[in-house]
Amino acid sequence: MDTAQAIKERELFIATKGKQKTSLKCDADSIAGCVSQRACVYCGARVVLNPITDAVHLVHGPIGCASYTWDIRGSLSSGSELYRNSFSTDLKEHDVIFGGEPKLKRAIDELVEKYQPKLIFVYSTCIVGVIGDDLEAVCKQAAAKYNIEVIPVQSSGFIGNKSAGYRAACDAIMRVVTPRKRLSRKVNSLNYLGDFNLAGEAWIIRSYLEEVGIDVNAVFTGDSSYDTLKQATAASLNIIQCAGSMNYLAKKLQEEYSIPYIQVSFLGLEDTAISLRRIAEFFGDAEIIAKTEALIERELASTRPVIDRYKGMFSGKKAAVYVGGGFKAISLIKQFREIGIDVVMVGTQTGRPEEYDTIHDLADEGTVILDDANPSELERFMTQQGAHLLVGGVKERPLAYKLGIAFIDHNHDRKHPLSGFVGAINFAKEVHSTLCSPVWDYMYDFGGDLNGTIAKV
Amino acid sequence: MEQSLKYSKNVNENPCHMCMPMGAILPFKGLEGSMVIIHGSQGCSTYMRRHIAEHFNEPIDVGSSSLNEKGTIYGGEANLKQALDNIIRVYNPQVIGVLTSCLAETIGEDIERITAEYRQEKGVLDYPIIAVPTPGYGGTHTEGYWLAVRQIIAQLAVPTERHDKINIILPHISPADIRELKRLLALMDIEYTLCPDFSETLDRPVARPYTKIPAGGTKLADIRAMPGAPATVQLGITAEDELSPGKYLADTFQVPLYNVPIPIGVENTDIFFRTIAAITGKSIPDSIINERGRLLDCMVDSHKYNFAGRSVVYGEPELVYSLAKTCVENGVFPEVVASGSKNERLAHLLQPVFDRYQRQVTILAEADFVQIRRKSVEAGVNIAIGHSDGRYLTEREGIPLVRVGFPIHDRVGGQRLLSVGYTGTALLLDRITNTLLETKRGKYRRTMYEQYYKPARVIS
Repeated sequence: MDTAQAIKERELFIATKGKQKTSLKCDADSIAGCVSQRACVYCGARVVLNPITDAVHLVHGPIGCASYTWDIRGSLSSGSELYRNSFSTDLKEHDVIFGGEPKLKRAIDELVEKYQPKLIFVYSTCIVGVIGDDLEAVCKQAAAKYNIEVIPVQSSGFIGNKSAGYRAACDAIMRVVTPRKRLSRKVNSLNYLGDFNLAGEAWIIRSYLEEVGIDVNAVFTGDSSYDTLKQATAASLNIIQCAGSMNYLAKKLQEEYSIPYIQVSFLGLEDTAISLRRIAEFFGDAEIIAKTEALIERELASTRPVIDRYKGMFSGKKAAVYVGGGFKAISLIKQFREIGIDVVMVGTQTGRPEEYDTIHDLADEGTVILDDANPSELERFMTQQGAHLLVGGVKERPLAYKLGIAFIDHNHDRKHPLSGFVGAINFAKEVHSTLCSPVWDYMYDFGGDLNGTIAKV
Repeated sequence: MEQSLKYSKNVNENPCHMCMPMGAILPFKGLEGSMVIIHGSQGCSTYMRRHIAEHFNEPIDVGSSSLNEKGTIYGGEANLKQALDNIIRVYNPQVIGVLTSCLAETIGEDIERITAEYRQEKGVLDYPIIAVPTPGYGGTHTEGYWLAVRQIIAQLAVPTERHDKINIILPHISPADIRELKRLLALMDIEYTLCPDFSETLDRPVARPYTKIPAGGTKLADIRAMPGAPATVQLGITAEDELSPGKYLADTFQVPLYNVPIPIGVENTDIFFRTIAAITGKSIPDSIINERGRLLDCMVDSHKYNFAGRSVVYGEPELVYSLAKTCVENGVFPEVVASGSKNERLAHLLQPVFDRYQRQVTILAEADFVQIRRKSVEAGVNIAIGHSDGRYLTEREGIPLVRVGFPIHDRVGGQRLLSVGYTGTALLLDRITNTLLETKRGKYRRTMYEQYYKPARVIS
């Protein structure tokens, strides 16, 4: 690999454990021309809010933004399917010149008439931020006209990165929650933050909690609805799975409604068990604690042998991780350890400083840690570190495959759950299905001559 | 024929199209040693990369000038120049395409000037940096595609002495389709310049060492020499004049233009071969005549099954034209034909095709899937032909979907779908016929039972 090609400004974003500085530059804007894997503010807001099933999600902007985000996640609903539509004001040149407000008003009118929603989110996109359409005013007017909630989401693409979009989404959620007075607390009830019910993951966690005697009051935002969100302030605890997107909301709910929060993780056997225990401890009820222990014991007894069987097949394998948030990266390092695989490269799109500190502590010597990586760096470090497997999203998959590296999709569009005990088994199964596929045995480099010596890559 | 060309609406419900820069990326991926930068905020390039990567199952590197708040307020010139620096450093491309997003257009970024200045500052006056203004609100990805091809040719082509290589300008078809055209041209012993050619770059073989830019693509020298060609054959009859690359070559360099449909279907493929033969004076070899014979055989074998088909065809205008015509040739008459583009040529071109069989057809321009779905249900459509975004026709209305076009993101093999030429048409037709057969046979026992079975009367 020709390192002369590396970009100087990127050096501070890359570290090797044991060799260099411990702190990593992160939480900064992407450098122009670096082919960052990051998305934008709008994307952050859209992925967080979209699983609210009975809301109209209206994208105010040109068609692309709505086109590229139409039902691309595996978020499931037990009720309304309205969220699976993609609504856009499809702005044209005329609207950009003369302002998009009239079109937005008419769009809301049409959608209200057609779907009678209780809740409409109006997402702002790049040009809406630039041409200065007054989303707040249009939404307020529409809300008054129809006596429903029409909430602007300030998600112009250029005002930061995906994290800014998470905050915009949380602000919008707070507006759904806020008008309702603080509700009287329900006993043994919690809100589950940062699960988007991909492949029913929120349902799996709810079934664990219900078994031990804890009610899930509202999920942010997997399989949630206008009515469930309105009940949010009745919970006596918030648990957060995806910290990147939901820490901000948890803090707000604590400030304004005195609901305490704890960070959990349901990725991997170890983290799932620890999280269930921490939740049970919070409630401090002897029966809940006993039931939790029984559940953990039962689940571990059935899952451990399966995991151990897989573990035996993975010895000597090395993994690379490149995911959206730091929280997921941390869980994945632990989860790989559970199945006997070393992580040799870890990176995220939007990890925070304290998350990188944790990653640094967890990682083995020599592990490459990087923030806001690009395909060129991913290629270089996966090759250099001898990774056999990459965890990432859709954009990273073809790169891994072309390099002859197995791949695990930890993105939003997967169709199998990776949370909880069942998720841990699915994870091991998926690692097995890719790492142990016979396909890698045939990745020869023919060099254009089938008759010559065949060198295995 | 019912038409709704000037349909304007306030809300697009489930889009049938994408934005301009998305379409403009693709031709650049068909140039040798090429990279693209989108001047705009980071999300645009990432979303489009994701979308394209999922269809082709290929790594799709596209740079971004990563405009932030500061760049948006004070101008993004510095960002774009830094992006050019970094792309050149890491990828060392032979050519760079610079596209605008809606953000850059709205704040008035002049990419033509900025890239010219960049070349001057770096002392690389001959370095090809091709600027294409592609505001996201300026048209669909189809317009973006044609404009990019036109700009590539307009900015590279120079007066050239006459030579024998004919220009073949391609619309957005699959890499497998492009490879098939190359095979057929080789059988005819034709010399040609194909532009753009992403047959290898967007469907690259596993090979070592891995290269950041895949091998393949149209050579820049060949594009420079396009004005010396004896003729241009453009598979772009729906391309509007101001977007038409072939029209540009004809107007600027007097290269005769033969605008023909994508060779899908008997008649369209005949047109293609007749045109090539007429221009070059070469004869069509027996092997190709045999392929034609096999297609006719295939059509006869399946004609009765297909006659039960009532189709909806949607997608990019150029592809929709050829698909709809192929449907007509085989009796799978379209009831609804739709495109997300505003394209006005499509309806005019299709009208005579339907008139020949006196069929009433709804043709929708600037359509979204709520409209397409409603019209399809009203017309009793029983087969859909188009890209993955029409999967709701199946999920919600039970209309089976034959996937063709872009994007195909819920199945594998979008890049391998072969539909052009006589053989490609036969393969496409098999996919259509078999889908109809699957529906019919899947329901056969139940339908007949429900329709005809009554318990025998008890004779007392």
